[in-house]
Amino acid sequence: MLRLQINKTRPVSGHKMQGLVLAVALLALAGCKSGPGGNDAGPAADIDLSPATGDALLEGSIGDASNLIPMLAGDSSSHSVASLVFDPLLTYDRNQDQLEPRLASSWDVSEDGLEITFHLREDVRWQDGEPFTARDIEYGFKTITDPTTLTAYAEDYRQVSLFEVIDDFTFKVTYDKPFAPALASWNNLVVLPRHLLEGRDINSATDFARHPVGLGRYTLESWTAGTTISLRANHDYYRGRAYVERVVYRIIPDQQTQFLELKTGGLDMMGLTPLQYSRQTSSDAFKNNFARYKYLANSYTYLGYNLRNDLFKDQRVRRALTHAINKQEIVDAVLLGLGAPARVPYKPGTFWHNDSIEDLAFDPARSRQLLAEAGWSDSDDNGVLDREGKEFEFKILTNQGNDLRLKTATIIQRRFKEIGVKADVRVIEWSAFINDFVDKRAFDAVVLGWSLGLDPDQYDIWHSSKTSEKEFNFVSFADQEVDDLLDSARRSFDRQERKKAYDRFQEILVEQQPYTFLYVAESLPAVHRRFHGIEPAPAGIAYNFERWYVPAALQKHSLSPGG
Amino acid sequence: MIAYLSRRLLGLVPLLLGITLISFMVIHVAPGSPMDLLTDMNPDASPELRDRLAEHWGLDEPLPVQYAMWLKRVVVGDFGNSLSRDPRPVIDKVAEALPVTLVLNLMSLCLVMAAAIPIGVYSATHPYSRSDRVATVFVFLGFAMPTFWLALLCMMLFGVELAWLPVSGLQSLDYDSLGPWDKVLDRARHLVLPVSIAAITSLAGMSRYMRSSMLEVFRQDYVTTARAKGLSERVVVYRHALRNAMLPVITLLGLSVPGLIGGSVIFETIFAIPGMGRLFYNSVMGRDYTVVMGVLVIGAVLTLLGNLLADVSYAIADPRLRRR
Repeated sequence: MLRLQINKTRPVSGHKMQGLVLAVALLALAGCKSGPGGNDAGPAADIDLSPATGDALLEGSIGDASNLIPMLAGDSSSHSVASLVFDPLLTYDRNQDQLEPRLASSWDVSEDGLEITFHLREDVRWQDGEPFTARDIEYGFKTITDPTTLTAYAEDYRQVSLFEVIDDFTFKVTYDKPFAPALASWNNLVVLPRHLLEGRDINSATDFARHPVGLGRYTLESWTAGTTISLRANHDYYRGRAYVERVVYRIIPDQQTQFLELKTGGLDMMGLTPLQYSRQTSSDAFKNNFARYKYLANSYTYLGYNLRNDLFKDQRVRRALTHAINKQEIVDAVLLGLGAPARVPYKPGTFWHNDSIEDLAFDPARSRQLLAEAGWSDSDDNGVLDREGKEFEFKILTNQGNDLRLKTATIIQRRFKEIGVKADVRVIEWSAFINDFVDKRAFDAVVLGWSLGLDPDQYDIWHSSKTSEKEFNFVSFADQEVDDLLDSARRSFDRQERKKAYDRFQEILVEQQPYTFLYVAESLPAVHRRFHGIEPAPAGIAYNFERWYVPAALQKHSLSPGG
Repeated sequence: MIAYLSRRLLGLVPLLLGITLISFMVIHVAPGSPMDLLTDMNPDASPELRDRLAEHWGLDEPLPVQYAMWLKRVVVGDFGNSLSRDPRPVIDKVAEALPVTLVLNLMSLCLVMAAAIPIGVYSATHPYSRSDRVATVFVFLGFAMPTFWLALLCMMLFGVELAWLPVSGLQSLDYDSLGPWDKVLDRARHLVLPVSIAAITSLAGMSRYMRSSMLEVFRQDYVTTARAKGLSERVVVYRHALRNAMLPVITLLGLSVPGLIGGSVIFETIFAIPGMGRLFYNSVMGRDYTVVMGVLVIGAVLTLLGNLLADVSYAIADPRLRRR
């Protein structure tokens, strides 16, 4: 068996590193007449930087994984580990725009959009050597749609009316109605080894959930609960083995501790907080050792109004409230500038985002005017608007444990006060927040966030049929045109047609302001500089992880045969 | 003695029942359910998934029935499976976390005693002297300082700046490939910071207790007698006074037994230690009823046994109590 051996080199401390850089700089100066000049490659100038296999990447993770069977996992840690062990049939490309093949080499969608035929690669093997076939997908499909399986991801697959295995490497799925998100739903959730699991109760297959046999880029090597999860490169991976030999997730719940570990070499990669990114990582010592990246995350934060509440039934009032909020100010204060104001529920810079919409500008004067039009005035001169003897006051709720949301709510409170609207901020523990307030529609306004899927379909959040308890249109937004648009757009596979529908959908949202869309935060990973081959893209940096490498001369962790 | 013990043990049963009943009610009455984490605000999950989960976990029964079912299993030692995405038996999860917390807390308790008794005795024998005041200020500083802050400072100093000690965790990544001696050394290096920081925060209480207990004893007649007999100050302090002054401290020790298995969330989070504190906190947050109840019952049993142990040690240390 092979074991990891960490070279007994001390982490380079700030001062030593500076000294080294200085020395190199002096050398470079001394020889600058003969040298090529203008090259700041520094100490790495004559090192072979070509791709090499080996080394290990130590990544910090806030939480432990819980279950590595993708369809049973519920947390992001589990999904990120599982995504290294199981491959999807197809996946979004680096621009998060088009689908590209993985386990499926190609697929055909029938003219009417009702049938999709997948052709699987024939050279894929499970990590125990068994061949991967369409029977495995059939097993996965049957399992995820089985009512006794406790999965949260069955909905997309329930739309399938018929699943047919045509031959070992071809299968066909038939839908009753065309369903555009269908294609992207064929990800790693249904990829399970039939030969190991058939006939077992998947819910209680904890041995497999903790030691899965997959077919992806990495194989699970060991998992110490609450401490580390380590994976090794799958040398038989069908797309060519990953360069980095080992990935070790270290579970460190505190981001301060993660940061100290990063500095001492105990971690190679972590997600920085905005504060760490902007205040604690700008020293030369840090920059010499780590590359920082930033890209917009797939989520947004919003202020949602309960449209059943009389206060917010008038569109002019909602527009007035949005005009009163300075979104850039929130980005600057809460995210320290590391984010972007949001105006629609799509990520800026993506294909689906409607760039031509003008957002409601920060304009308190316009706010007051709109509120006056809606009949609100400060008749008793106490600084708070009133109408028919009732003051304009309400509560903004947010969940406990999310400091960013609390700060956002506080800033909004202050801005509302300036236009004569009295808002109280209340923080409530998550379960009570959802069960007692959101589900019962017993709230005025909430500060919350949604993560965005890569398919533009947002039927569940905005369609007027999705307003009953425990459903997700909890602000009770209802608009006939939006309903029609959402309906037609999810029935079409034509990108341009869908784009047109979603563009109009976004125009209506901006006009009606059922939410005030606030901001999209940035993900801020830091990665040790010895890792090469990282190509930032809209999808972030991890999408091509198997192409990351450490040049042989820079490798830190060596693998040697051991006991 | 045996009669005394069995009487006390029998008395624990109704107490334990009451504790489980109240804990069970409180955690079930709290808003939310184990389904929430998976289904709340998750458009992927269908509403009927909640019902299927509830049925699977037996949460669709009325509360008294649920309690009866739970009790029936617990009596035979089965705490059930976790109601989370990691549905392993509760006992496995506790077995993973308990040794970590226990070792850590035992070591820090030993450290506390090793430091608190001498400090307390010294302060008591030199009351209101300069060194007494210095010791007092020092222990109270440790007491007043927020653990997470002190921990971060120490991690920065010893972990990052000086690079003497590892920052977090319980063992190095290459632990498995180390020799037996290196393994011990590696463990020890990882334990230095968490153990001493945990100790510093409870040093104040223990040393002050020791000090006042000693001062109390010094005023007793038998100490005056011992001094009058012409015994050396050393014998008076260590043989006559200290033994008696230890009595209240034994009570304190007994009371800290349940504390040994209850980890601190903040502490474990900072040091990335997978102990009982985090297990319990995460279970409460996820409304993982079976794990919460498992941890509580184990905690309650240990608390009650700890109290009993303290009483028994009392009885051993003080023969008058035995006859009652």
